[in-house]
Amino acid sequence: MRMEDFIADAPKADAQRAGGCGTGTCGCKSASPRDDRAAALAIEGDTPNSTGVDAARRWFLKSASAFTTLALAPGVTLMAYAESTPAAAQTKARAPNEIVSSKNRWGLLIDTTKCADGCTGCVSACSKENGWKDTGHPRTDAQWIRKVTVKNPKNGATTSLPMMCQHCAEPPCVDVCPTGASFKRADGIVLVDKHICIGCRYCMMACPYKARSFVHEPLEDQKAHAPRGKGTVESCTLCVHRVDAGGTPACVEACTAAGHGAMMFGDLNDPASEISKRIATYATRQIRADLGLDPGVRYQGI
Amino acid sequence: MARVVYREHEGGNRFWMALAGFGALIAAGLASAYYMEHNGHVVTGMDNQVVWGLPHVFAVFLIVAASGALNVASVSSVFGREVYKPMARLSALLALALLASGLIVLVLDLGRPERLIVAMTTYNFSSIFAWNIFLYTGFMVIVGAYLLTMMGTGLDQYSKPMGLAAFIWRLALTTGTGSIFGWLIGREAYDAAVLAPLFVAISLAVGLAVFLLVVMALFGTGPNAPGPELRTRLGRLLGIFIGAVLYFTIVQHLTNLYAAEHKSIERFILWDGGVITRVFWQGQIFLGAIVPLAMIFLGPKILSRGRLALAAAFVILGGLAQLYVIIIGGQSAPLVLFPGMIETSSFFDGSTTIYVPTLPEFLLGLGGVALALTITLIGVRVLRILPTTLADAETQT
Repeated sequence: MRMEDFIADAPKADAQRAGGCGTGTCGCKSASPRDDRAAALAIEGDTPNSTGVDAARRWFLKSASAFTTLALAPGVTLMAYAESTPAAAQTKARAPNEIVSSKNRWGLLIDTTKCADGCTGCVSACSKENGWKDTGHPRTDAQWIRKVTVKNPKNGATTSLPMMCQHCAEPPCVDVCPTGASFKRADGIVLVDKHICIGCRYCMMACPYKARSFVHEPLEDQKAHAPRGKGTVESCTLCVHRVDAGGTPACVEACTAAGHGAMMFGDLNDPASEISKRIATYATRQIRADLGLDPGVRYQGI
Repeated sequence: MARVVYREHEGGNRFWMALAGFGALIAAGLASAYYMEHNGHVVTGMDNQVVWGLPHVFAVFLIVAASGALNVASVSSVFGREVYKPMARLSALLALALLASGLIVLVLDLGRPERLIVAMTTYNFSSIFAWNIFLYTGFMVIVGAYLLTMMGTGLDQYSKPMGLAAFIWRLALTTGTGSIFGWLIGREAYDAAVLAPLFVAISLAVGLAVFLLVVMALFGTGPNAPGPELRTRLGRLLGIFIGAVLYFTIVQHLTNLYAAEHKSIERFILWDGGVITRVFWQGQIFLGAIVPLAMIFLGPKILSRGRLALAAAFVILGGLAQLYVIIIGGQSAPLVLFPGMIETSSFFDGSTTIYVPTLPEFLLGLGGVALALTITLIGVRVLRILPTTLADAETQT
């Protein structure tokens, strides 16, 4: 994790913890919901005692806007809260000597109804964060996350959604890896140990989600927090370096920043977490649930 | 039965020329492996969808042929057929050579072949791949010991139990190889228990076919070459093995056709998969099964050298075609994330991959075949592996 990420994120995170998205781009029209309440309170001092028609009209308009603001603010605030929580850091930074705990199970909830067709903000953010990029060889270039368009051939209904490592509770990639390079952390994050990956690609054969990429070419300009290696396999790490530092994955952050709020990150094991509440409230789906892999990535709206 | 006398191969021009040719192919294979490792797999036809390419087809072929090449030894030691005994040593040697070569091709196609030591020392026992490492090394040890019991003075009494152990182990080995694919739950083309016995059947057929060609090449057309009775016997055994492969192939595809969820992959393999469909029908079924079956069972009862050799060559071609369909075809078809839906993405979701192997991949595979034959040639040159004659008993003087 780069220090500037922490610094840049800090004020935003404060705003998020206060209930707003922190960016003003999620629809709450403020850096924080506190601003909405402040706007409403600021006009309370005005009265209709001012003279003249203009004054009366001004008073009427102010009262109307105040009423509107007061009436809508809680709703807007709630919406802002709901939409902003995905980016809100629900994690607690893990101390360097603290063992990863199975008390947590980190996961994602993707609301496909909010995922804009054509938007690839999550993909770009992941690429930038982890250093994988387009080298002009689309067949062999790594893609840790991709946008998949799903069309119903019967009625033409189309859905767009991000697809990445599903961080399964029963990951086939981990089962088949001969050396144990593919492994699942106690908190559910599925990773590849680049030091013992022999590049056999059996995990790629086993993954039902086509979530893994093989590094087909020599690499340069790697990110220190996301080491890669020619001849080894890689996939979404759920931005484990951010999660361990108490942050959220780059894709989630970008989706929220873009105002879509289609991605939510959180602890599936914590019933009080926003993601768990949402999953308990709305119908969500695991892709290829028939395989019984219990993916940590859930989808809403499909 | 008359006492069998074994001897070292006497060499000769043809022998050394063959060895030189195989040496050149091995060098080309090694150069290809270096080229692929140096530049990365971007120089191959493999990509993020077809992750196992032609080297795997060759490697798996050599591995299954290895266990099948042991057939003749097994039939003589385990099932007591004395007529096959003179060929048992060659059978075991060829099995070892094929397995070693297949594994070398497999290792050289790894993304990080220099980490072989990691694969040998760090195991994940939930992986069938890791189990296979034990199955392969165990096969080497058991078949090596079996060969020793057949060749060592006074060790003959142990050859039957060692032969039985090798026979059981080779069944486990091929079951393990089939399970590499059969236990893949995520891909429609695999995820089928029938793949394990299918691989056993493929190994029986291609292993015997390779063995037959090697025997005929080593003994030439002289008076000591396999006699008509032995040829016919081996040819009919090959025919039975081809039938077994066909049987399991039919079971595999009929089972898939019955399940709606597998219809798309069956349609791809059997009907509209382009190259894969052609390789299936023309290569695997017609040339690899129907033609050799007709050559063996139709026509004169006694199999001529030419007929048997050609039938064996077709079986090898069919085996390669079948493994190509299983390995490449199974990956070329798109993964289904949302059954019944049309999927598209920049990562080629929903689209069929047309895999075009490159020359280095082909040379790496061919280098593996050449290595197997080289090991065999060196073995028969320095060890008393070959019987002085394979002519039928009644014609021997």
